[in-house]
Amino acid sequence: MSAVTADGTVAVEKSGIEGSYLTDGYTLRSWLLTTDHKRIALLYLAAITMFFFIGGFAAALVRLNLIVPQGLLGSAETYNRLFTMHGVVMVWFFLVPAVPVTLGNFLIPLMLGARDLAFPRLNLLSWYLFMLGGAVTLWALFAGGVDTGWTFYTPLSTMYSKSHVVLAATGIFISGFSSIATGLNFIVSIHRLRAPGMTWYRMPVFLWSLYSLGVLMVLATPVLAITLLLLALERVFHIGVFDPAIGGDPLLFQHLFWFYSHPAVYIMILPGFGVVSEIIPAFSRKRIFGYKFIVWASVSIAVISFFVWGHHMFVAGTSLYSAVLFSILSYLVAVPSAIKVFNWLGTMHKGFIRFDAPMLYALGFIGLFTIGGLTGLWVAALAADVHLTQTYFVVAHFHYIMVGGMVSAFFGGLHFWWPKITGRLYPEMWARVAALVMFIGFNLTFFPQFILGYLGMPRRYFSYAPEFQVLNVLSSAGASILASAYLLPLGYLVWSLLYGERATGNPWGATGLEWQTASPPPTANFVETPVVTQGPYHYPTPESMQLHG
Amino acid sequence: MASTVRQDFQYASPTHQAETAIAGMWLFLATEVLFFGGLILCWIYSRHFNAPGFDAGARQTALWIGTLNTAILVTSSLVYAIGLAFVRAGDTRRLIQCCLLTLALGIAFLGLKFGLEWRLDFAHHLFPADPYFWIAGSLSGGARLFFVFYFISTALHGLHMVIGVGLLLWIIRRARRGEFSPLYHTPVQVVGLYWSFVDVVWIILYPLIYLVGRGQ
Repeated sequence: MSAVTADGTVAVEKSGIEGSYLTDGYTLRSWLLTTDHKRIALLYLAAITMFFFIGGFAAALVRLNLIVPQGLLGSAETYNRLFTMHGVVMVWFFLVPAVPVTLGNFLIPLMLGARDLAFPRLNLLSWYLFMLGGAVTLWALFAGGVDTGWTFYTPLSTMYSKSHVVLAATGIFISGFSSIATGLNFIVSIHRLRAPGMTWYRMPVFLWSLYSLGVLMVLATPVLAITLLLLALERVFHIGVFDPAIGGDPLLFQHLFWFYSHPAVYIMILPGFGVVSEIIPAFSRKRIFGYKFIVWASVSIAVISFFVWGHHMFVAGTSLYSAVLFSILSYLVAVPSAIKVFNWLGTMHKGFIRFDAPMLYALGFIGLFTIGGLTGLWVAALAADVHLTQTYFVVAHFHYIMVGGMVSAFFGGLHFWWPKITGRLYPEMWARVAALVMFIGFNLTFFPQFILGYLGMPRRYFSYAPEFQVLNVLSSAGASILASAYLLPLGYLVWSLLYGERATGNPWGATGLEWQTASPPPTANFVETPVVTQGPYHYPTPESMQLHG
Repeated sequence: MASTVRQDFQYASPTHQAETAIAGMWLFLATEVLFFGGLILCWIYSRHFNAPGFDAGARQTALWIGTLNTAILVTSSLVYAIGLAFVRAGDTRRLIQCCLLTLALGIAFLGLKFGLEWRLDFAHHLFPADPYFWIAGSLSGGARLFFVFYFISTALHGLHMVIGVGLLLWIIRRARRGEFSPLYHTPVQVVGLYWSFVDVVWIILYPLIYLVGRGQ
């Protein structure tokens, strides 16, 4: 263990890597039974990287199939299983956990000025639950697959599907407990483990967004759990709640499913907001603009997200009254989202902007998220949605949020905190190239899908009308560029682990408690518990710069 | 052994850690509320559209077992709360006795519920997937739906009870080792919150299963 003394501090600062959490035990056991939040974050990072590439591989095959109108894979059954696999793996085993369990796990105690999360053993348990759930779901997906789409709509999933629905649902059910444990740990830690002087309004925006995310995880995930349980039991016993033959209601499943899955969209994007809110002030050398507006925008997005699920069901046979209500409520989400975008722009205004890789990712995030958000208004409009629903327009819309937004933010955050996590600098030039290639590849992949959807190409079909081929080929070409942009960081980040330049404690000159300890941090995070005396982004104001300059 | 006050290195004091553990359990119970809440919402929603069938189902339930079980469970929570008062006063022996009584009441509940009531239900062809389901005709569908909810909710509640029994055994074991004192008895409080919550779930399930629509 690390009984860090005053002497130890000096050693840490000199050589960087000695006496860190990475050197605190080298055995497999010291990793698999660790309760250190930083090591658990790395366990998670390995796991979600694996899931990301599995889900990505399924997407690659989907795009491969769509190069020709009659489908290249030769089987609609196979195609159904591929896009289901892509959706299930990406949603539950990458997007939902990605930022919170890796960067969140690593940074929450550091940003709070604490030594660990409130419940370190629960944190480890949540990793094992995640791995168990992931293993069960992967088993289902590789032992024949699931053909219902990631949404598991009844009665297809309960009565007609001939695939491994129960097994896949069981895996998701188990990993749900991992989500709940993580969210609970985050909320309690933020309430209880703030360093002396760390008031709520002195917390970095990242913490506020993870707090909002925790609330969603704790309150929405159990509803998915009970829904999947009802679904699985109905499938096993051939009788149940969603069976219209005995007076049940298949539409009830959609209500329950989206009561979880719409907040889950914000589970996916909120940490992205948090990451970008850290990167932009650091690379603009400027205090964040409208701090309180940004944090309350996160909280209000979390609250509103519980009241918009009905917009997934405009054409499913809900009443006009509820559809109008859900449409208006969905428009409301645009307000806090726009507040965030304008505040990031306001932060950059008159800042000293540096275009390092994390900033490139963050700028990509703003652009792509804005397009994704604005097209969300189209599909929230009742009349437009009747035309656009179930088309590629919807696919493009949520990929702009999930991939363009969330995955960009994840990579931005990973680069930003990579020196802190590993103690090594990544190769800057390669990282900038990857960020640019990702932006270009992403737009080439998904922008044609807006047009395809607008022209009426339905989603989830194995074949399509020949006049859509050019746009589909463009999209598939974009996907291959995107794939290379994902493989690049895998290469150079691993390279940097061995050959990267040693990082100092604060290579970016950023504010925030996590930058005030060594890189990589010692097991106990801080040699002395920090005392916080000011807000999170105390960069010099433009006025004081003029004074000195 | 009196100084087994637990304090992990991220906490400022044992009190800080104890209060955090209790906060964690409350938040976990919020999750549970949404879990059972989803089920109960489906129940009420389905009942609204199939009231006569649900009523016919409710009339087949064993009211006396349900009522007895309610009394047993509420008593068990009371006994546990008394045990908590004892450990606060420093009387670990009485705490153990209270836990043992709580345990016995919990096992009695489980015995009545699954050993007797479920057995009777299966014997009377009330299992909804039973091809010889007892209630035929136009009410059959709604009644089957009622018993879908009945079996799922009692099974889930029973599972929570079994976990609770496990937790009680853990508390008894630690109490016998002398780990609890007026200064440190956080696990006793945390398990008490859980046990009372499971009790409250039953208090909501009891009218839903046995009372609503019975007189129709």
